This record gives sequence, structure tokens and C-alpha cells, in this order.
Amino acid sequence: MQTNVLLRNVGVADSYQIETYVQQGGYQALAKVLEEGQPSKVKEVVLNSGLRGRGGAGFPTGRKWMFLPKGVYPRYLVCNADEGEPGTFKDRVLMEHDPHGVIEGIIVSSYACEVEHAFIYIRGEYNLGYQRLRNAIDQAYAAGFLGKNIRGSGYDLELSLIQGAGAYICGEETALLSSLEGKRGHPKLKPPFPAAQGLYRKPTIINNVETLFNVPFIVLNGSDWYRQWGTELSPGIKLFSVSGHVERPGVYEVPLSTPIRDLVYDICGGPKDGVPLKAIIPGGSSTRMVRADVAMEARLDYEALCDVGSDLGSGAVIVVNEKTCLVRLVARLAGFYRHESCGKCIPCREGTDWMYKILQRIERGEGRAEDLPLLLDICNNIAGKSFCPLGDAAVQPVRSSIERFGEEYEFHIREKRCMVDG
Amino acid sequence: MLTDKSKEEIRRIRGEYPDPDSALLPALYLAQKDYGGWLPEEAIDAVAEIMELAPARVGAMASFYTLFQRQPVGRHVIYVCTNVACSLLGAEHLLEYLGHKLGVEPGETSADGRFTLVEVECLGSCGTAPMMQVDEHYFENLTEEKIDRILAELA
Ligand SMILES: Cc1cc2nc3c(=O)[nH]c(=O)nc-3n(C[C@H](O)[C@H](O)[C@H](O)COP(=O)(O)O)c2cc1C
Repeated sequence: MQTNVLLRNVGVADSYQIETYVQQGGYQALAKVLEEGQPSKVKEVVLNSGLRGRGGAGFPTGRKWMFLPKGVYPRYLVCNADEGEPGTFKDRVLMEHDPHGVIEGIIVSSYACEVEHAFIYIRGEYNLGYQRLRNAIDQAYAAGFLGKNIRGSGYDLELSLIQGAGAYICGEETALLSSLEGKRGHPKLKPPFPAAQGLYRKPTIINNVETLFNVPFIVLNGSDWYRQWGTELSPGIKLFSVSGHVERPGVYEVPLSTPIRDLVYDICGGPKDGVPLKAIIPGGSSTRMVRADVAMEARLDYEALCDVGSDLGSGAVIVVNEKTCLVRLVARLAGFYRHESCGKCIPCREGTDWMYKILQRIERGEGRAEDLPLLLDICNNIAGKSFCPLGDAAVQPVRSSIERFGEEYEFHIREKRCMVDG
Repeated sequence: MLTDKSKEEIRRIRGEYPDPDSALLPALYLAQKDYGGWLPEEAIDAVAEIMELAPARVGAMASFYTLFQRQPVGRHVIYVCTNVACSLLGAEHLLEYLGHKLGVEPGETSADGRFTLVEVECLGSCGTAPMMQVDEHYFENLTEEKIDRILAELA
């Protein structure tokens, strides 16, 4: 039930060195595309594979690449390695253990998109990942996989590596571009979408680390191979970051559409210390929480999670047991969004602050009966009304927990204490 | 003072990007190292000069990002994650333990100048929670005993 494609080098000695990577069959996808010499063919196989963005929004990668305006150069490609969504730690594993896989994904994708300068924007705290990538990029230049006239093909590509400095909003693609341009991480108005006008106002493709990491495998093995897993709309394999109350948390690779139950019980060893589960947050803190019994009947794909009122997001499965006070957990998450709101637009800046204060008040035992409708009203005034999707993200844990676990809030307000004593 | 080596590195990075302003984040990191882990006004001015930008722009940049410090810090900075995964596994308790041990509240520096304690958001260590970052290193699957051992080894 687990596959071993994306994680095949994890656990191999010196997996981050170029010799090991090449020995394991690395840089062959690059050799193949350079030999064939047709960027449009690479785009086509990625489109046909149905690969969807792994950064959270799930947009089909091949379609995004097709949005590049014809004949406009230079174009840029940005690898989004900001990985800030609470619960998510899969890109970190790829960058620390298989940096050359990340780099090959970037080179092959840049070739497909006719890009001659690519960038990796990695979050500032990932020092080991940064060092491993720095070393791997230097090795790739020395081996002629990067730089001028790559392997005699006539194709040139520069790759720059830059560290963010601790701002969740910089994972949002347009805020990331602002940051990369040497500005505060404020999102930009869309349209124009980055594919039309992005970094330095030039056509720019932004993809998540894991998304780009899939590309060499698809190029080597074809779209039918990739579609042997998953569903029509959710094809392929996916990394899941599992955290919280399970026996064996960690990053696991499974086909899309794997039952959540299999991931949580068989692969992760089930609930920690056998304590029954209460809730699952299936796709990172910005996806709606689901009652555990409902979640256990669902599958890990874009459509099935939508059917149970949530999302696949970044594939960060946070497992919460029944000894947990959800009011407290949601108050903590509200604190996160309040801290990370960039302050550019009022609904998000003020709304996240209000939500946090009201949740704190309920948590302290000072909640009022009218607080729940008030919270929902604030949610309605943020969702769809903020400048960028951070506001919508902030609403998800609050609204879903009130709708699905309302009794915990009511108990808290009525009894002035937690329903659980954990 | 910004070292000659940093100045040279900033000039090189300015040339690496299609727009030299992109070197601002790396320049602030270099300056923060040179100035002992934080960015006094003098550091902002030095970066502004070499980046050919207004000091106000550089200062605004530094204040937006949490990894840039605008106040002096201890010899080591301890970042404790208390976001959802770490919190489910007892991070708040460990933060309290650390605060008590160092005699500080989050955001403060210990009296001996060794440690600054900071509470932070998710650092992507959720599978090995609870965790803390000390300077550039991650320490995972923390317990009180483990914290004692880690701190004892830091000068
Ligand atoms: C607040 C916010 C934070 C985000 N953080 C990240 C992130 O850390 N990494 C990431 O790849 N995408 C993140 N995204 C999604 C990006 O905006 C964008 O959709 C993604 O990088 C596109 O790549 P993909 O199509 O390969 O997923 C974030 C979005 C929002 C709204």
C-alpha cells in the first residue's frame, strides 16, 4: 500500500551527494529531455499525467504551464520551498535527503517552460535543507547539469537559492514574489496571474517542491504509469505528513485515494496509547477539521475529502484524540493566523485579531452565549472578503470546529471549563 | 560593522539576480551575523548604503520578518514551537519548563546573557514533536531531561 518512488533515496547513505543520486538513476530524466529536444513534449506528458500542485491548492500543473504567454521572454520558475502550513514537513524531507531530486525536477520543468533562470525560496528556519541544497547546486554546476550549455545541449539555466526569514504569508505565491523582489511579504492583486506577469513582472511559474519533484519520474515513465495510481481527477502518488496522536508519525508516500483509515491505523500504527480519536485535520491547519468517525470512511484524494467537507491541502494529516480540548486547539490556531496576517487588508488583519480574542475569552471561561454567532459572523466577514487566501484559511478551523464540534464550545461557555480534562 | 567579506558577498548576490534589490534578504542575514545576532540602526544604514536603498525601506523589511531581531539577543536563541502538532504533544509545558529554568518569559534574555527564549510558529518538525530550534539546529522529540542535556552543552 505504500509506494517507494518519491522517497526512494531517503535512508540511502549519503543520499544527498551527487554520486549517490546518479548511481540511483538520477539525472536520467534530464538526459532524456535534452536528447529529445522538445520542451512542448515535456509539457504534454505532465499535462496528461494529471499531476496537481502539491502546495495546497491542487491546481493541475500542466495547465498552469500552458498559461505562459507565447514568445514572451525571459521567463522565470520559482520553487516554493517555504513550507509553513502547520502540520506540513514533507518538502523538508525531500530537500534534506534528496536535494538533487529537487534540483532535477527544477531543471526539467524549467526546460519544459523555456526558463533560463530559476529560484528556490526556502524558509529561513530550514538550515539543514539550505546547506544540502547549496552543496547539491554547487555539485550540479560542477557536473554541467546547471549553467551554460547544459551537457552540450545549448540550453542554459541559472539556479538561485534564497532563504526566507520567517513569514507564513511568503508561502502564498504572490507574497513570495514580493519577498524575492526584496520587499515585505505582501500579496499582489491577481490577475495578472504570475504565469502572465510574475517575478520582475515577467511570466513566472511557481510550483511546490513536491510538485516539481514528481516531474522527472513522469518524464521517464510516462503519464499512463503515473495514472496507475489514484483516480481520474486525483492521479498519482502523494506524500502525507502525519502528526499528532498516532503511534508512528512521519512522512509517508501512498497512492492518492488511499483510505485515511489505512494511513492512520496500518501505516502509522493507530491512535497513540490507544486513546480513541476525536478529529482529523486532513490537509494542514487551513483545511476544515472532520469528526474522526467520518474521516475514517474517507479517502485521501481531492474529491473524496471535498465530499466530507474538507480538502487535501498540503497533505498534512493532523490526528487529534478525544482527550484534547478543541476550543484550546482552535484558539492556538487562531493565534497563528493572527500573528501571520500581513496587515495589508482589514478583514484579515482585524478579523483574525477578533477571532483570537473571543476564542481566548471562551477558553478562559469568560465566554458568552452570543460569542458563537459572533464568531461565525466574523468568519463570514473574512471569508471571500480578504485580499488573499490567508483570510479564508484562518476561517477554516474556527468555522468547521463550531459547526462540527459545537457542543464543546457550548459546554465551555456554560460550564466555564473544558469538556475534557486532558 | 559590516565586514569586507559580507560587503563583497552582498555585491556578488546583487549581480546574481535580474534585479539587485533581490539581494536585500541575504544582505540582512549577513548584517545580522556581523552585528552579533541582531540589527541595530547602524546595521540598517550599512545595508541601505550598499544596497542603494532608503534606510526606511530596509528597516521596514527587517521589521516584517520574524527572523530579523531588532533588539539585542543572548549568545544562543532558543525557538520553541507551540503550534498544533507540538502543542498536542505537550509543547506549552516544555516552554514553561524552559522559561522557569532560564528565569525568563518568552521574548526575554536570561540574566547571564546566554539565552534568548522565543515562542514560534510551526517549524516543520511535526512528526518529531515537540521540538525546539537552538540557533541553527533542530532538537526533536524533546523531554525535560533532553532539554537539560542540550542546554548544559551550550556555553
Ligand atoms: C497563506 C498561504 C500560504 C501558502 N504556503 C505555501 C507553502 O508554504 N508552500 C507551497 O508550496 N505553497 C503554499 N501556498 C500555495 C501557493 O500560493 C501556490 O498555490 C503554490 O506554491 C503553487 O504550487 P503548486 O501548484 O505546485 O502547488 C500557500 C498559500 C497561501 C494562501
